[in-house]
Amino acid sequence: MANDAIAEQERMRRFRDAALPHLDEVYTLARYLMRNTDDAEDAVQECYLRALRHFDTYRGPAMKPWLLAILRNVCNSEFTRRGRGEVPTDYAQDELVAEEMPMWQEQQASPEKMMVRQQDAATIRRLVAGLPEPFREAIVLREMNNLSYQEIAQVAGVPVGTVMSRLARARAMLRSAWNASENTTVRSGPVTASGTAL
Amino acid sequence: MKCDESEVMLHALIDGELDAGHARDVEAHVAACPGCGEKLAAFHTMHEVMSATPLKEFAPAHLRSRIEASLTPPASRVVSMRSFFKPTRRSFFGGFAVGSALSAAVAASFVLTVIRGDREQAVADEVVSAHIRSLQASHLMDVATSDQHTVKPWFNGRVDVAPPVIDLTAESFTLLGGRLDYIDSEPVAAVVYQRRKHLINLFVAQHLGARHARPVAESIQGYNVRHWSQDGLDFWAVSDLAGDELAEFVQKIARAVPRSSSAS
Repeated sequence: MANDAIAEQERMRRFRDAALPHLDEVYTLARYLMRNTDDAEDAVQECYLRALRHFDTYRGPAMKPWLLAILRNVCNSEFTRRGRGEVPTDYAQDELVAEEMPMWQEQQASPEKMMVRQQDAATIRRLVAGLPEPFREAIVLREMNNLSYQEIAQVAGVPVGTVMSRLARARAMLRSAWNASENTTVRSGPVTASGTAL
Repeated sequence: MKCDESEVMLHALIDGELDAGHARDVEAHVAACPGCGEKLAAFHTMHEVMSATPLKEFAPAHLRSRIEASLTPPASRVVSMRSFFKPTRRSFFGGFAVGSALSAAVAASFVLTVIRGDREQAVADEVVSAHIRSLQASHLMDVATSDQHTVKPWFNGRVDVAPPVIDLTAESFTLLGGRLDYIDSEPVAAVVYQRRKHLINLFVAQHLGARHARPVAESIQGYNVRHWSQDGLDFWAVSDLAGDELAEFVQKIARAVPRSSSAS
């Protein structure tokens, strides 16, 4: 009994040391997947409880993608429970629709379109949050969580090739939205981008 | 390489995921194809802007404390565990937390009876439990203000000491407020400070554990604890702050405690 108790304490301590440093990463993904703070917080807490429960069977890979994969499952079960559209089975459908759309709308990009201008953090967050799944998830895992393609594949449970095509789609959509939001800014501003012509 | 292939591969190039051979192929295509070249430039800039922009979210302090506490069973009686693990709004996780918390508490108390036992340790454990409770039960403060002249009088008549309430904002310890807490069934004053996301409970009472002129440091359940006596009062500082930062806090408090604050 004494040994069991000490072992349990030791197990919790090891889990804390391994998992807590990734709390901000887990919260970041939760925030983008759930799209509101209350749901994100609940999901993160549930993620840590599940992770602790399965810690004994954890043999790798790295702790961060392992936790993010659990978080993703928590979010998806929550979506399933609520019967919202954002469940894994709908992902494939999204992707099919996406494949049919042209990869890139403006075939001949004009010179000013080449530029990708500075956007503030709030705008970028809004643009990313506006992406449909599974593209939002892919871009967040890559750009915010800094995962490798291999790790993203592990978290999302898809082959690396799928990660690559999702990322390409995600960035193309993000760039369109990015430029659109720039244009709005430019139009409403006092000076036009291309025409300060005298 | 064709354009549709390149459109996918150029992202792998940007992300540094291509081996040398594939990278050469993509670069050769991009150099020869203005359309793909433009895309590579644009996506590369977008990636760089995103990398340079702070887009990460930070877990709120209360979430961090909630999770830390759920992974840090307090060394108190099992009875107190029920209220300790409040279910979240929608009971996301059902009975699991309570179940594991109970077994963890049993484990914790067992370890304690083996290793500890003296009065000082019992008080230390109570103090840490009080700290964790304060983070859990959304009862961190009875009086929430950073004004020391509001916090100090608030304790009048509630506890039998006049706890020193010191403004350490300039030292980057923010005064959050005060609270009446109970340790060992006795009312004690709790003054709450914050550094970054870390909360510090400073418990003050006339008799709380053995007297120590110099601060005694220990770590209980992952929390750092400092206990010392000064001007006839016992002080206990508890926080998840790193040990050296809590030591700095204690030093600043001890230096600032006015002689007149004694319960006399």
